[in-house]
Amino acid sequence: MNLKPLMLAGAIGLAATAASAECAFENDVPLKSLSAGFEAWKAVTDAMAECGNFSASLDQEFREKQPEAFAADPSLYHIGGVANATLIPLLNAGSVRPLDDLVAEYGSQLTPNQLIKIDGQTMAVAMMVNAQHLMYREDILNDLGIAVPTTYDEVLAAAEEIRAAGVVDYPLGGTFKTGWNLGEEFINMYLGEGGQFTGDGNMPTINNEKGVRALEVMKAMTVYMDPEYLVSDSTYVQQQFQQGKIAIANLWASRAGAMDDEAESQVVGKVKMAAAPMGSERPASSLWWDGIVIATNISDEEAEAAFRVAMEGMDAETVQANNDAAVWLVSGYTPGPLAMGAAATAEAGAAPYPASGPMGIMHTVLGNGIADYLTGAKDAETTLADIETAYVTAAKESGLIE
Amino acid sequence: MPFRTFAIFVGPSVFMMLLFIAFPLVSVFSQSFYVTQPIYEVVTSETCTPGFIAQTCVTEEKSVPVLDEDGEIVTRTRFVGLESYRNVLELGRAWDALSQGSWRAFQAIDFWKALRFTLSFTLITLPLVIGLGLAIAVVINNAARAIRGPVIFVSLLPFIITPVIGALSINWLFRGDGILTAALEHYTGRDIAMFAQAWTIEILMMFYRVWHVAPFAAIVLYAGLQTVNQDALESALIDGATRWQRLRYVVIPHLMPLIVFIAMIHLMDSYRVFEEVVGFSSQGHVISLQWLTYDFLVPDQAGNRSISRASASAMLTMIGIVILLIAPLRRTWRDHRGGR
Repeated sequence: MNLKPLMLAGAIGLAATAASAECAFENDVPLKSLSAGFEAWKAVTDAMAECGNFSASLDQEFREKQPEAFAADPSLYHIGGVANATLIPLLNAGSVRPLDDLVAEYGSQLTPNQLIKIDGQTMAVAMMVNAQHLMYREDILNDLGIAVPTTYDEVLAAAEEIRAAGVVDYPLGGTFKTGWNLGEEFINMYLGEGGQFTGDGNMPTINNEKGVRALEVMKAMTVYMDPEYLVSDSTYVQQQFQQGKIAIANLWASRAGAMDDEAESQVVGKVKMAAAPMGSERPASSLWWDGIVIATNISDEEAEAAFRVAMEGMDAETVQANNDAAVWLVSGYTPGPLAMGAAATAEAGAAPYPASGPMGIMHTVLGNGIADYLTGAKDAETTLADIETAYVTAAKESGLIE
Repeated sequence: MPFRTFAIFVGPSVFMMLLFIAFPLVSVFSQSFYVTQPIYEVVTSETCTPGFIAQTCVTEEKSVPVLDEDGEIVTRTRFVGLESYRNVLELGRAWDALSQGSWRAFQAIDFWKALRFTLSFTLITLPLVIGLGLAIAVVINNAARAIRGPVIFVSLLPFIITPVIGALSINWLFRGDGILTAALEHYTGRDIAMFAQAWTIEILMMFYRVWHVAPFAAIVLYAGLQTVNQDALESALIDGATRWQRLRYVVIPHLMPLIVFIAMIHLMDSYRVFEEVVGFSSQGHVISLQWLTYDFLVPDQAGNRSISRASASAMLTMIGIVILLIAPLRRTWRDHRGGR
């Protein structure tokens, strides 16, 4: 594995100046934020709260609340936590403001990589990246003399050997829970094959050889999984790893820390990270980022205070205190072995998640439609054709297709 | 009672019913015939997003909603007639599947798949709820007075538990190597996966619903048991009727209006089965009509939602309940008229 990106990022980390122990300024403008509720957001919003007059809502249903809350005038929140996909409705409604002036004034510690630019305007500031990549039990692979798999064919071959050896309950794990998770799995595979989801006029373009190939690989994997794969989400796969029930899975980088959590895990130090297996063209994964936006419908003073508080939350001090909670983009982060999978996946050329309005619909219909193929109710072409039909119906209703 | 007094007493509740039940229903009904959508324009834009070290920039054509001068998204509402209903029912596909005699293709269509499960769920749990409810009521009635209070309390417990919590706890008992699955595996000596195929999930869901609702039936029937004519029971005893015959020919006919009442409530409730689908996360295998409505209504991560289809699906669910209720309602109506 090429360690260059890791060392490079580490060098950036060393160069960062040590931040003061607490918030650098006293905030006197009441501020509120709404974001997802995972570990990294908790760390960042806790640090923001040190500046005073700040209250955070950490909410797993944030994506349903955010568009309405930010469209209100005045906006119900000042700071929003978003990812690739959840930024889209806010951008579409014009409810988040360009941040270029604020970045110039208060964002000197930000790296260019952190600034999400739409047509040259900075609309969001990222704090971390996330991607699904390969996690494997190093001890099992070593015992059986299997090399770390780099393609899905190798993953399947390894799974066969592990099953023959009978060392774990199920050789593979997978976030195949019907809905968002299952949709994401297909999207990863299909991106790996170099596929396009929509074409001219937002029409769907998934019913092709690449789509069929993606489905076939997914089905081949299910043979080696817990038969209850259609209810298995990220937490379930993480627990399967921690309890030593599975040997290989393509799991979120944000879950890597849990493998070495001594309070929960029985396999501390045995789970290693590697790049997502390659598809025909790219790694079968998609790159996600998480970051902050500032609402349009608030006064400029509030926006300024909100941005300064957000920068305090995303500073080197927060990151150093929570180094393994995420793959941080913030200066001061020291990438450890747990970040190796995400780094290698990105370096191998994984595509960013292709977030857009049509993609939101596509993700939903994929998540609902693929189970029928995996359970054997439909063949691959019918499944993809039905998913395209469902997509067209929904896209017509929302006005994306004439 | 003078009409004025009557009107003053009833007025507020009529107003509330209009406000919270009738108007929303009318609004859902009309929404199912209209589609409201933003007006999109196609723009070419460049998006740069973070990678691990360097950014990835993509230039592509995007559909972006048009904003008016106040910064609001411009929308357009148009009348589409029955199109949303057609999109939910997919009659063409359903007919093709049926004319080819392919039940499997028919069951691949969301609405019909959901209807199949909803109907079988409703009709299978109905007799079980009434039967188990009656059994519990008889047990309570025959329990010694000293322990009757605790017995009633214990048998009511499942009914008190919040439905989603109850469904989740059953889910966890059986999921993966949950304790009950582990126990079953221990006794049968084979690997059991309750959530790997549709029929086991359906059995769990029905089991959960019966467990949850039977206490309600029991408490209603127990109240009814207190009013059974003791003279009639005594005469039956003197005539040499067995315990079963007394139940069959004296008690059950007396309880019949209550049984019809429970049946109606249960039909209405279980046709709207939803908590089970969510609690057991069964949507990969089994969906219900109410879940389908919910799924249309939930926005995806880009903020799109299908309100018109959700409205159509909600109206169809209501029509389904009305059809189911015709039989018990006619019976009540006949009894009511006959009783005069």
